[in-house]
Amino acid sequence: MTELSASNVAFVRTEPVPAAAPPSNASGPVKWIKDNLFDGVGNSILTVLAFLAIYFILSRTMPWILNGIWDAPTLSACREILDGATGACFAVISERWNQLLFGFKYPSELYWRPALAFAMLFAAAAPVLFFDLPRKLLIFTGLYPFIAFWLIWGGPVFYPLIALIGLVVAYKVFERFEKNNFAMALGLGLLAALVVWSLASFVGDNSVLLAVSIESVPSRALGGFMLNMMLGVTCVSLSLPLGIALALGRQSSMPFIKYICVIFIEFIRGVPLITLLFVASVMLSYFFPPGSGVDLFIRVVIMITMFSAAYIAEVIRGGLAALPKGQYEAADSLGLDYAQAMRLIILPQALKISIPGIVNVAVGLFKDTTLVSVISMFDLIGMIRGPILASTDWSGVYWELFGFAALLFFVVCYGISQYSQWLERRLATDHR
Amino acid sequence: MTIMTDPPKASFRLSMLLNDSRYRSLTLQVIAAMLLALAIFYLANNVATNLAALGVNISFDFLGAPAGYDINQRLIEYTSQSSNLRAAFVGILNTMLVAVLACITATIFGVFAGVLRLSNNWVVSKLMSIYVEIFRNIPVLIWILIIYGVMTVVLPAPSAFRGDNATSSMFMGVSAFTNRGVYIPGPEFSRIFGETGVLSAGIGWLVAMAILVGSFFGARTVNKRATRIQEATGDRPATLVTNLSIWFLPIIAFFIITGLNFDIPELKGFNFRGGIKVGAPLIAIWFALSIYTGAFIAENVRAGIQAVSKGQTEAAGALGIRPGRIMSLVVLPQALRVIIPPMISNFLNITKNSSLAILVGYADVTATLGGITLNQTGRAIECVVLLMLFYLIISLTISGVANMYNNSNKLQER
Repeated sequence: MTELSASNVAFVRTEPVPAAAPPSNASGPVKWIKDNLFDGVGNSILTVLAFLAIYFILSRTMPWILNGIWDAPTLSACREILDGATGACFAVISERWNQLLFGFKYPSELYWRPALAFAMLFAAAAPVLFFDLPRKLLIFTGLYPFIAFWLIWGGPVFYPLIALIGLVVAYKVFERFEKNNFAMALGLGLLAALVVWSLASFVGDNSVLLAVSIESVPSRALGGFMLNMMLGVTCVSLSLPLGIALALGRQSSMPFIKYICVIFIEFIRGVPLITLLFVASVMLSYFFPPGSGVDLFIRVVIMITMFSAAYIAEVIRGGLAALPKGQYEAADSLGLDYAQAMRLIILPQALKISIPGIVNVAVGLFKDTTLVSVISMFDLIGMIRGPILASTDWSGVYWELFGFAALLFFVVCYGISQYSQWLERRLATDHR
Repeated sequence: MTIMTDPPKASFRLSMLLNDSRYRSLTLQVIAAMLLALAIFYLANNVATNLAALGVNISFDFLGAPAGYDINQRLIEYTSQSSNLRAAFVGILNTMLVAVLACITATIFGVFAGVLRLSNNWVVSKLMSIYVEIFRNIPVLIWILIIYGVMTVVLPAPSAFRGDNATSSMFMGVSAFTNRGVYIPGPEFSRIFGETGVLSAGIGWLVAMAILVGSFFGARTVNKRATRIQEATGDRPATLVTNLSIWFLPIIAFFIITGLNFDIPELKGFNFRGGIKVGAPLIAIWFALSIYTGAFIAENVRAGIQAVSKGQTEAAGALGIRPGRIMSLVVLPQALRVIIPPMISNFLNITKNSSLAILVGYADVTATLGGITLNQTGRAIECVVLLMLFYLIISLTISGVANMYNNSNKLQER
């Protein structure tokens, strides 16, 4: 029997036959449309209804948006330019731009200071959000709160500087004693910071140390979207450590600690944020020593921080509970004490699981900062409802202003949630 | 005789309080308790000093004093001479009203959007994801204000309904959407309950609801009997006609006996009279809460349906079950276990967010007790504490129900 090979048969194909194109109705846009839009009677009806809805919405909003007027001093002037045609008066946004962003009391010649602080926020947040960046950048993140405080409120550079020095000293002391005992190191660090700060309180009002100073701005001058950003960023960053502590406390085997944490968390989660803001505005000042006069901004920050800490604690508790028990036992069997086991084994994994939940809380909290307009703080919504809609120039402009506010919040919140989804994919180490 | 020897007595040293894990947790708790007591004492002392400096004391007497303000939206009798307590109670009922209404509609919106988001239809699923993203990422406060704006700015004034060439007309001839509120026909029971009014209509509806509950149990008995016969003999007796008559005959008979009729609103003078007026603030807060929370519920519904593994659907298909029944018998029961707990927490959120009603002037408990009463009497601490107590009770009740549900529906594994 001879084998068939290229040498003894007349013709052998040397290359495969090219694949024929699929029939035109089984590929390409036609098939896609058929599969996704008109697959059956019910589906076709849905498609038609959806397109009708889209047309209905667009036909009403697009002319209004496209025909918008961006440059007019008052609403009546804007209506004159429009001359009866449909169109938006976006002029209110361009005319009141600074008020919407900074509030109506912040000195206009100092707008560059919060704007600079806002720009620096990105630089400070970058190393926290993206792990690939050099770790040295975290130094700037550590400095940022003090720089931002000084830029926004102004005043002598001495105060933020001494606060910073106190924390640096505390950290150095903590680092020195950390090897011996975590709790002792923490206590000594706090003590060192308190010593530095109390030494600083001896500096007199006329001291030369206070000479380096920029124009100071009182808290009540803060407003606009800046206020929402400040409240959101401050409260989320403050509530993270507090939330971790509460979650660990709730998991604790010591009944007294556990029940304090449970009561605190359930109480805060059981009442609406607005009642906590009422507490901040009318009740909290009773709890401070007489004559201390803590200003409203700080009182609101305290209450919102407590609020979000309770929610973050619940999210982290979920993360802690989701860890297999073997992780706890493995840490114990290595001879790690509680602080080491938590910091090296448990929390890194639990926090990773909790990231989506924490981001959800952060987004919710940022949206909830608009509630401060109810206790007559002039944040973005407070500015719109108060000074702008009440002015004779622009009373009656609703959709442009609320649309603008909605857009700002949408951009920030959607951005954060997209980041969290990216981070989740990035951190996924399980094999799926 | 036996000689008892005591075991060697462990000597207790003071350092064991810190170094021995048997005693350390006790030490820490005692320290924590002392710190807490110190903090409470410090705060209480501050409060006492501050109150003494202002010359006021804590007292709940103001609850009995006349409130002195009017409330438009009320479910029970209330005048400006009624007490602050009654004003708070009117507010509580209003909070409950808007919370219950919003929970129902939010569920409808959410289930609708969540199911459609999983649709094979590309446009519809994209449209629903846009809805979810837009509503979840914009504060509910802005939605309340926008919808309130629609209610008060866009809708026509009652005068637009007047005259021969009126610019607006009543919806189906019975309802009017005006910038002062929506007027809908009000049901009345003219025969048995006598005088027309909110109260008699309320009793009438309560009786009607009781009849419906009775029909529900009646129909269930019929169905159970049918199932029993089916299991015994293999044939299921026809129950459709019996069921329909059990559901509809009693309630129709009740309506005919009591003479149900509808009071249709009509334009008289400058405003509409008759019917039920649903104020713009109620509609704004109701609709805004439903559509905002609906977006969250939609996500829960989608996640719940996707959480049921595809193998379940395929296994049911392999057993020869029809697609519709696969949904109702296999997928939904498993999905509901995932959907219900977050749904209940969304209901809780609705209740808490209803406190934003104060923004559009809807007289919920935050607006009456925490708003006007607080401002008029200056009893800040008392009002805020009572307000928090109310919300706390509601929240704990709802989460108690949720826990009960979760425990009874836990996945039973080995």
